[in-house]
Amino acid sequence: MIRFENVGMRYGMGPEVVHDISFRLEPGSFHFLTGPSGAGKTTLLKLMYLALRPTRGLIHLFDHDIALTPRRDLPALRRRIGVVFQDFRLIDHLSAVENVALPLRFAGTHSAEIDQHVRELLSWVGLARHLDARPSTLSGGQQQRVAIARAVINRPSLLLADEPTGNVDDTIAMRLMYLFEELNKMGTTVVVASHNEALIGRFGHPVLHVDGGSLSQHPRRPVGPGA
Amino acid sequence: MARQSDIPFERDQSTRFLPWIVAVMVFLAALAATFAVIVGDSIEAWDTSLTGRITIQVPVRPGDDGNNSAARRADDIAGRIAALPGVARAAVLPEAAVRALLEPWLGLAPESGSGVEELPLPRLVDVELSGGGVDATQLRAALADAGTDIVIDDHRVWLDALIDLARLVEAIALLVLLLIGASAIAAVVFATRSGLAVHAPIIELLHLMGARDAYVARQFQNHAMWLGLRGGVIGSLAAIAVLGAIAWVGRDIDAALLPDIVPTIGDGLVLAAVPVAAVAIAMATARLTVLRALARLP
Repeated sequence: MIRFENVGMRYGMGPEVVHDISFRLEPGSFHFLTGPSGAGKTTLLKLMYLALRPTRGLIHLFDHDIALTPRRDLPALRRRIGVVFQDFRLIDHLSAVENVALPLRFAGTHSAEIDQHVRELLSWVGLARHLDARPSTLSGGQQQRVAIARAVINRPSLLLADEPTGNVDDTIAMRLMYLFEELNKMGTTVVVASHNEALIGRFGHPVLHVDGGSLSQHPRRPVGPGA
Repeated sequence: MARQSDIPFERDQSTRFLPWIVAVMVFLAALAATFAVIVGDSIEAWDTSLTGRITIQVPVRPGDDGNNSAARRADDIAGRIAALPGVARAAVLPEAAVRALLEPWLGLAPESGSGVEELPLPRLVDVELSGGGVDATQLRAALADAGTDIVIDDHRVWLDALIDLARLVEAIALLVLLLIGASAIAAVVFATRSGLAVHAPIIELLHLMGARDAYVARQFQNHAMWLGLRGGVIGSLAAIAVLGAIAWVGRDIDAALLPDIVPTIGDGLVLAAVPVAAVAIAMATARLTVLRALARLP
């Protein structure tokens, strides 16, 4: 699914923000990505969803060596990745339905099919009464569910979530995590970046820990109480 | 589901005045193009009407028996010329017609009492050409024994100067058209780049979610099309009004060499083509600008 080999990344002429990163994520796996602020978590996620190109090392994604993949083929790879951004990044002048429909439009799905799928998914995440609402009129939790619906609408092979529970209360955080678990059970590889140690402990998935730009891997933890 | 652009162009202040800029450019371009067409048509008309005609002067020679000898020679020349290929008609102008041509300057009317009516005026053979005109070698052969004193006037000397001037005016009009086109491209490039900067976060988001560059470029292209269309319609209507006013004011002018300023179908086609070209330029420019900018993204 994903393989990083000695990946390093620097912005401009600055120092490397991540260096010598090597790991492999198998299809259908679920990992947490942890580390202190500024450790390089977001850079690592950006490398995974192809927002950045590494300054050194190799990234293999869906059996493609990204360095050797023509630029014209990258959009198709990106469409296989669902991303839940920390700040949701919803388009404010579009309704909830239109925001969630975007990945399907990029894939060239027929309009009638898009409409049906999007409405079903938004209803499933509890937003049936907010289909035509603008993001600015929705609460933080509702916006987050729209962002998650947008990330999963085209059944991505890889789901990356950057602090998805950072702005919601514990109840909603648990519901989101169960949603990710469900997607994972359906075969989606999931990586969730989080600071929330309690949450990580509760689900017990393996952890990728970034600190000072270096990566260490921790095997599956025993599931904590309350899970 | 109502479909709207993913990019909120309506919030983009940088393109607010673009329709008006396009309108002014379409207005100026329509005028320049119409003038270029009118002048071009005039050049063609002058070229064909005057080069389709030559005049042969047959002077009276010393010792001729009055004007009659010149008249006989002119009749003979007219007969030979008329038989040449490319000649539609060759006729000797009556003496009275020649005198009438000179009357305003010399007062040759018999009743003037000036006595100059006895002047030995040359006889004029008016030759009207057809098709591609007469072959110069054949003309020279036909006039070989007509004497060295005859003069062939094909009107080219002064006509060439007039046509050169008209061609210069036409070239200037086309240059103005090109400059307007270049300015339109620059305006659209500037507005598109501003739009790219203003909407960079959304464009990056679309890119990261897997939108192809062409998908994003199409949104800018469609936006440019609507802006260009609005400007094109306004500019065209203004140009039609101005050209209509010029045609109305000049409708009674009857000067043979002045260009015909009454609008023709060709002028109408030019007027219709200018806004279409403006929209096409705006769309293509926006698309290329966006594609070039997006090519810098990973």
